[in-house]
Amino acid sequence: MTRALPVGYIPLVDAAPLIVAAEFGFAEEEGLVLELRRAASWSMLRDMLDFGQVAAAQMLSVVPVARALSLGGGAQPLEALMVMALNGQIFGLGPHLPALPFGDPLAAGQALAALNRPLRIGVPFPFSMQAELLAYWLERAAPRAEVQIRTVPPPRMAEALRAGEVDGFCVGEPWGSQAVEQAGARLVWPGSAIWCQAPEKVLATRAGWAEAEPERAGRLIRALWRATRWMADPANRVTLSAVLARRDHLDVGAELIDRALSHRLLIAPTGPEIVVPQFQTFHHGLANFPWRSQAGWIGARLAGRFGLPLPAALETARATFRSDLYRSHIAPLGVSLPRASDKAEGALARDESLPGTHGPLTLARNQFFDGRIFDPAPAISPK
Amino acid sequence: MSESLTIIVVEPDRARALEIVDALREAGNHRVHVLGDGASLARRVTELRPDLVLIDITSPSRDMLEELALASGPTERPVAMFVDRTDAGLTRAAIEAGVSAYVVNGLAADRIRPVLDAAIARFHLFSRMRSELAATRAALEERKVIDRAKGFIMRAKGIGEEEAYALMRRAAMDQGKRLPEVAQAIVMAAEVLK
Repeated sequence: MTRALPVGYIPLVDAAPLIVAAEFGFAEEEGLVLELRRAASWSMLRDMLDFGQVAAAQMLSVVPVARALSLGGGAQPLEALMVMALNGQIFGLGPHLPALPFGDPLAAGQALAALNRPLRIGVPFPFSMQAELLAYWLERAAPRAEVQIRTVPPPRMAEALRAGEVDGFCVGEPWGSQAVEQAGARLVWPGSAIWCQAPEKVLATRAGWAEAEPERAGRLIRALWRATRWMADPANRVTLSAVLARRDHLDVGAELIDRALSHRLLIAPTGPEIVVPQFQTFHHGLANFPWRSQAGWIGARLAGRFGLPLPAALETARATFRSDLYRSHIAPLGVSLPRASDKAEGALARDESLPGTHGPLTLARNQFFDGRIFDPAPAISPK
Repeated sequence: MSESLTIIVVEPDRARALEIVDALREAGNHRVHVLGDGASLARRVTELRPDLVLIDITSPSRDMLEELALASGPTERPVAMFVDRTDAGLTRAAIEAGVSAYVVNGLAADRIRPVLDAAIARFHLFSRMRSELAATRAALEERKVIDRAKGFIMRAKGIGEEEAYALMRRAAMDQGKRLPEVAQAIVMAAEVLK
C-alpha cells in the first residue's frame, strides 16, 4: 500500500494538518504516502479535484455547499469528510481609515456605519467563510453601511491595500498579519468574535470518492486526525511554525506563523499584541467532526443571499458534510464521538461536557456575536 | 466580421503575451487585449466585455474571475466557467497545458475551439521551454558546485584537477550517490572547515 495519494492545498496556516500528516509520519503510520500539490487559487484547487488530479484537498468550507446549491463554478459535486480548521479569519482596515475598536463587533459595526463612506473589502473567494462572516456581521451590526465585497487573492491583499484597490480585508492567516506588517493595516475583529466555531477549512473530495475508496479515505481521515492532535499540543508549536515557514510550504517568516498559532495578534503596526482565545482551532472540542448543522448554517446563509428556497437548501447543504463517513472511519481509533450529528450552533456560552459514544467528551464554547442560535432541528425531519 | 471574438489574455510576461497574441491572430480575426496580472483585471473585464478570457492556470488572479462570472447573475447565466463544461476533452487538454479559459458570453463550443487549440498549443510550448530552462539551470548549478568541490580537493590534497575529479567520482560510486550530491557535501564541509 504505497501508491501515493495526491492531495491539494493552498499555502495557508490552516493547510497545516495536511503538511503535518505528510511531514511527521502520521500518514506513514496509516500506510499512506501523501503527495502534496500546492495550488495558487481556490478555483484551481477545485478544478484539480473536479478533474481527478488530486483525490482530496483542503477546501473552503463554503465551496462544497455552494456547489451542491449550483452556485459558482465547478463541474462535480463535492463533499466534506472532516473539518480541518475552525476560524482563523481576520477582518481589518487600511491605515487611511480611522481605527475601529478591536474585538467588539457591535461597537465596530456602529463605528463603521458612522464612517459614512462606501467601502471595498477584499475576501479570498466569493464562497468562503470570510465572505459569510463579513456579510453576517454587516447585516446585524452595520445594516446601513455601504460595503462592496471583492475577491482578492490573499497573498496580494497587502499590495491591494497599499494600491488603494480595497479599503479593508477579511482573510486567513498569515495574510492579515502580513497586511499589518506591510501595509500598516489595523485589525478589527477575528472571525472567532463573530462565530467562535465557524468551520473554515474542510477536507473535500469528489462526492462518492470516499465510498469508492473506503480504505484510503479512512487512512487519510485518521492520519489528519492524529496530525491535528499533535498540533494541539503547545509543545509542538515552534517546530510546526518552522516547518510551515519553509519555502516549499508557506514561504513566509516563521514569526508571522507562530503569531497565528499562538493566537497572538498584533492589531496595528505599533501594537498592542492581543491574545485571542479560540482564534483558530484544529482539534480541541471535536473540531474535526463535520457537523451537519455547520453545513446547514452555510446553506441557510447562501439561500438568504441568493434567494433560494430555504428548507430544500438546508437539506441539500447538510448532506455535503459527511458525518456518517467520519464516524465509521474514526471508529477504529476508539475515540468518543457525539451521539447526534447536528447541534444547535451558537448555544454554548462555555466549554461543556456531554456523554459520547465512548465516554464523556468536550464541546467547545459556541457563540455568535449577536447571541443568536441556529438550530436546524425544527427544520429537518427526524430520521 | 461577425466571427470576430473579443479575447483577453492575462499574462504578465510581455514576450509570452505577444506570442499568444500571434497564435490567436493566426486562429482568426479576433480582437485580442493583453493584461498584466492583478489589479486592473476586474475593471478591464467589465469594460471590455470579452467573449473569452485566457489565463495561466497557476495565476492567483483566477479567483477574481470567479467573482465576475458570478456577478452576471444566476438567472442570466450564459457564463460558462473554465472552458465549456460540455467538452471534457477540451477542458482536460487545457488544464494539462496549463491554460484556463473563461467563456464570458455563453459562446458556442465550435467557435471557441480553434482559439483554444491555438492557445493550448502555445502554452504547451511554453511549459516545455520552461522545463528545459529549469533543467539547463540545474545542470549549470551542479557544474558550479562540482568545480568548487574539485578546487577544494586540489588545494587540500595538493593534487591535479583530473585526479581530484576521479577521487570525487569514486566516492560517489562507492556511496551510491550522484556526483553533484557528493560535491555538495564536500563544499559544505569546506565551508565549515574554512
